[in-house]
Amino acid sequence: MEDTYTIMRVFAGSWGLLFMFTVFIIVILFVLRPGSGRLYKDTANIPFRHDDKPARSPAASQKTEAR
Amino acid sequence: MLDYVKLLILGLVVISAAIAANYARDVGYMVHAIIVMITAAGLFLWQLRRTDEPVPAAVLQTEYMDGPVRWGAILTAFWGVVGFLVGTFIAFQLAYPQLNFEWAQGYLNFGRLRPLHTSAVIFAFAGNALITASFYIVQRTTAARLWGGGLVWFVLWGYQFFIVLAATGYLMGITQGLEYAEPEWYVDIWLTIVWVAFLAVFMGTLIKRKEPHIYVANWFLLSFIVTVAMLHVINNMSVPVSIFGSRSVQVMAGVQSAMTQWWYGHNAVGFLLTAGFLGMMYYFIPKQAERPVYSYKLSIIHFWALIFLYIWAGPHHLHYTALPDWAQTLGMVFSVVLWMPSWGGMINGLMTLSGAWDKLRTDPVLRMMVTSVAFYGMSTFEGPMMSIRSVNSLSHYTDWTIGHVHSGALGWNGMITFGMLYYLFPKLWSRERLYSLRLVSWHYWLATIGIVLYAASMWVTGIMEGLMWREVDAQGFLVNSFADTVAAKFPMYVVRGLGGLMFLAGGLIMAYNLWMTVRKGVAAAPARAAAPAE
Repeated sequence: MEDTYTIMRVFAGSWGLLFMFTVFIIVILFVLRPGSGRLYKDTANIPFRHDDKPARSPAASQKTEAR
Repeated sequence: MLDYVKLLILGLVVISAAIAANYARDVGYMVHAIIVMITAAGLFLWQLRRTDEPVPAAVLQTEYMDGPVRWGAILTAFWGVVGFLVGTFIAFQLAYPQLNFEWAQGYLNFGRLRPLHTSAVIFAFAGNALITASFYIVQRTTAARLWGGGLVWFVLWGYQFFIVLAATGYLMGITQGLEYAEPEWYVDIWLTIVWVAFLAVFMGTLIKRKEPHIYVANWFLLSFIVTVAMLHVINNMSVPVSIFGSRSVQVMAGVQSAMTQWWYGHNAVGFLLTAGFLGMMYYFIPKQAERPVYSYKLSIIHFWALIFLYIWAGPHHLHYTALPDWAQTLGMVFSVVLWMPSWGGMINGLMTLSGAWDKLRTDPVLRMMVTSVAFYGMSTFEGPMMSIRSVNSLSHYTDWTIGHVHSGALGWNGMITFGMLYYLFPKLWSRERLYSLRLVSWHYWLATIGIVLYAASMWVTGIMEGLMWREVDAQGFLVNSFADTVAAKFPMYVVRGLGGLMFLAGGLIMAYNLWMTVRKGVAAAPARAAAPAE
């Protein structure tokens, strides 16, 4: 019968580590997926829209400010 | 109806605070109870005068809620100057112990003022800067008005009340002895309430956003809010000795308590002073440079790498202690790996200027922001290096640590906040431009030279002190007594104080410049009407 400390310490160093690392790799691969560039280009320009007033409706936000 | 509920609550608070003041077991607690009572009574009267008055027209969802942002910006500048002033004073207290005045013993000596300084700059200055930035950025990048209405004002003023209670508590000796988590149990509970409201405002605004995507700055700001809530609650688990007293007992003890404290302490740096401020960087640098961030993909990878790594770096504060070796090694390894996302973020911030580098010649505000990113890079290189165990055996407990912290705090957090304030003031008060760009340049150079003096003198004194502590003679006896190191450090302490003085002078110039921008600035031309796009 092992103590809680050892159980948790072993788990953290094996499955826990593997889980975190896998999730992290998946996130990176998802960011680099093909076709993400165009989407991110639009997202990166968010600060340059709606500087003075909120958008009136979700649809309007993209049309009126397209530049 | 809501007005009556508020009156009821405020009335109950006044009575409870009066009872608490009466039964108080220590003076500090009594003073705090009286402060709570007076504040709540004032709010009661204020609320009473508004009750059953004609209701103002419904809030326009077509306007941003900038009132709290304006107050937040003013308070940031105010607390900044206060924090720098206290810091400069205690720097001179270390050089000239006579400044620990006899008549103010127990109130204004170094031990009492030091937590006042750290909390004033970290929580009051940086905290208000982050609240201000969050409220401003989340509205502009979601294209939606802040959610919550009066709750937003509650967050802003509730946070100031937390600062007042914490600061007065330090001077009266109310502390639970945890670094950067000094406030006692009732102040902790109050901060938790305010912070949950802050999270609600931020999340509420994100939920009703009009932009389909959440801009990366909001990711950083959200992670800052969520993580600080988690850190604060777990590190402050304590049981009050009496409900009518300020003392409490920590739930954890020994090495667990130490580990929790530095898990908290390091992630306060990681998520308050880094993640939150990176949110600012990802919004204000593109705005000031007028170009989108260099690589949006890199910014997302930067975010996730920072989140995954930072939370493990805390144990590097506990090298060569009772903490298990594997935990020390874990903290060290993650700290070193953390260097990569930090520099990825720095490169992303700097490269945003590619094609606009010429603006650095003419725009001192942008220069300030870029310098702050450069300091971010420098301190995120120095930090991992110092977390290596063998380096740490020289640097730990010396002034090198203080120098490292200040190159990060003054250089990175300070400079980016100054840049933000210089950007926000003309914007929020609809002024054509800042009152004086010359004064911004003065501020820039005073602050930069001040930081260089500070960091350089602390490197010298830190390494000197580390070497003196470990020096042994041929027989294996220590060569220097502690007092020898203190005496040897005197000239560097004076230089450090002078650096602080310059930084403080820069802060005062900024406050004057911002004040005059609002008072004397030329009103901006009316905002362009909704012009057709094509």
